Amino acid sequence: MIRVQHVVKTFGKVTAVNDVSFDVRAGEIFAFLGPNGAGKTTTIKMLTTLLHPTSGALELDGLDPTTHQTEVRRRFGVVFQDPSLDSDLTAWENMDIHGVLYHVPRQIRRERSQALLAMFELWDRRQDLVKTFSGGMKRRLEIARGLLHTPKVLFLDEPTLGLDPQSRNQMWTLVRNLNKAEGVTVFLTTHYMDEADRVADRIAVIDHGRIVATGSSAELKQRTGTDSLEEAFLKLTGTTIRDESATAADQMRQVSRVWRR
Amino acid sequence: MNVVYVLWLREVKKYLRSRVQIVASLGSPLMYLGVLGFGLGPVFQRAGEGKYLQFMAPGVIGMTVLFTAMFSGIAMLWDRQFGFLKETLVAPVPRLLIMIGRTLGGATVAVLQGTLIFVVTLIAGFRPASLLAVPLAFLVIALIAVIFSALATAIGSSIKEMQGFQMVMNFLVMPLFFLSGAIYPLEGLPRVLTALTRIDPLTYGVDGVRGLLIGRTHFGVTLDVGVLLAVGVLFVMFGAWRFSKIEA
Repeated sequence: MIRVQHVVKTFGKVTAVNDVSFDVRAGEIFAFLGPNGAGKTTTIKMLTTLLHPTSGALELDGLDPTTHQTEVRRRFGVVFQDPSLDSDLTAWENMDIHGVLYHVPRQIRRERSQALLAMFELWDRRQDLVKTFSGGMKRRLEIARGLLHTPKVLFLDEPTLGLDPQSRNQMWTLVRNLNKAEGVTVFLTTHYMDEADRVADRIAVIDHGRIVATGSSAELKQRTGTDSLEEAFLKLTGTTIRDESATAADQMRQVSRVWRR
Repeated sequence: MNVVYVLWLREVKKYLRSRVQIVASLGSPLMYLGVLGFGLGPVFQRAGEGKYLQFMAPGVIGMTVLFTAMFSGIAMLWDRQFGFLKETLVAPVPRLLIMIGRTLGGATVAVLQGTLIFVVTLIAGFRPASLLAVPLAFLVIALIAVIFSALATAIGSSIKEMQGFQMVMNFLVMPLFFLSGAIYPLEGLPRVLTALTRIDPLTYGVDGVRGLLIGRTHFGVTLDVGVLLAVGVLFVMFGAWRFSKIEA
């Protein structure tokens, strides 16, 4: 379903992704793990047509995201690391706009919005403004919205960041169920190793822009001689803390906090 | 067209739901009308220029439209960093349609805000020379709104930080307003200032609105509308080009 071959992405003198290759099979849940700044989000942005690779080849459902942007965009749904809902609109309105942007016919849009909001336990709040939602509800709504146009691949970039254990547990249960019910391929990133261990069929670990290991959780543990995925991850990527420079989004969040005060 | 419509509707809904924004945006125009309109009125009248409120009301409407349209650029910056813009950027629709929807939405909000200020000026004592010309004046107001909403889209597409927009407000928006002849007549200005007023699109907008509402125009309404149309096309193309270059 996804094929990444020798992909490189540089920003000026910085190489964010360095000769990365991996495949994701149709219908599997694939976890893409790595420390901060390892290149996870950059890879997702390239696969979702937001960035062009400097070199190498990408494929999603047999199509090149750099040359067939529109066709590729119809085939995936995405939940970004930062929220991308409109907080000043209702849950229903957010779903509806998404449906129009993806050319989902009105009747199907309504039926599917209803089904997805019910599945993600948001139906009763459909007419409420998103800004009144909790973090977990917003994340559930983003996933529901990402599935509205029946994508073949769902990208989840750290979808459980900042959520309490109950919300995380509920979200992964829903994702797992969706994967089974609709056969949607899931490509996820997370810093919670227990989540990856629990839901992912296969895992790729990226560090300093390079893939350092690929396999199932059991295979990674066996390869590193460890008992948990977290230990395997630390063995593969080391224990040095990675610092990321603040992005513009981080700075905006800071401004937002000051304004709220 | 559905895409343009939903994105336009989104901007309008957000505006109508934000009562605080509506009330807050009345602050500056009311201050200009109250302090300048009544403060400078006697001086203006003694200089033989007639009632200052009559002269400056079209300028304050133009200012409101300029500021509101330019603020749609801030909204876009907000959306871009941690909001809704990414959702639209990965959608299987041409970016041109997204840009047009956003720009028309921002322009509509600016016209609505301009309408509100028009009503306020009427309450303050402003009287249009002809009621029949009011709808035509609003067509010019709509042109001003599209021009600066498109410019805001271009700027919002080009800068990534809120601080950058502060610079735009200080070094672009305020000069655009003060050089437009909104609060003083264009006749008898120093040569440099005259040249600067000529390259400010808002000058033609304010002159056109003033010409239609009170019959006093410097360039003639036809020339005003011609310049506004030309600048409008240019700015929409510029906005579309900058928007097409956004990388999330």
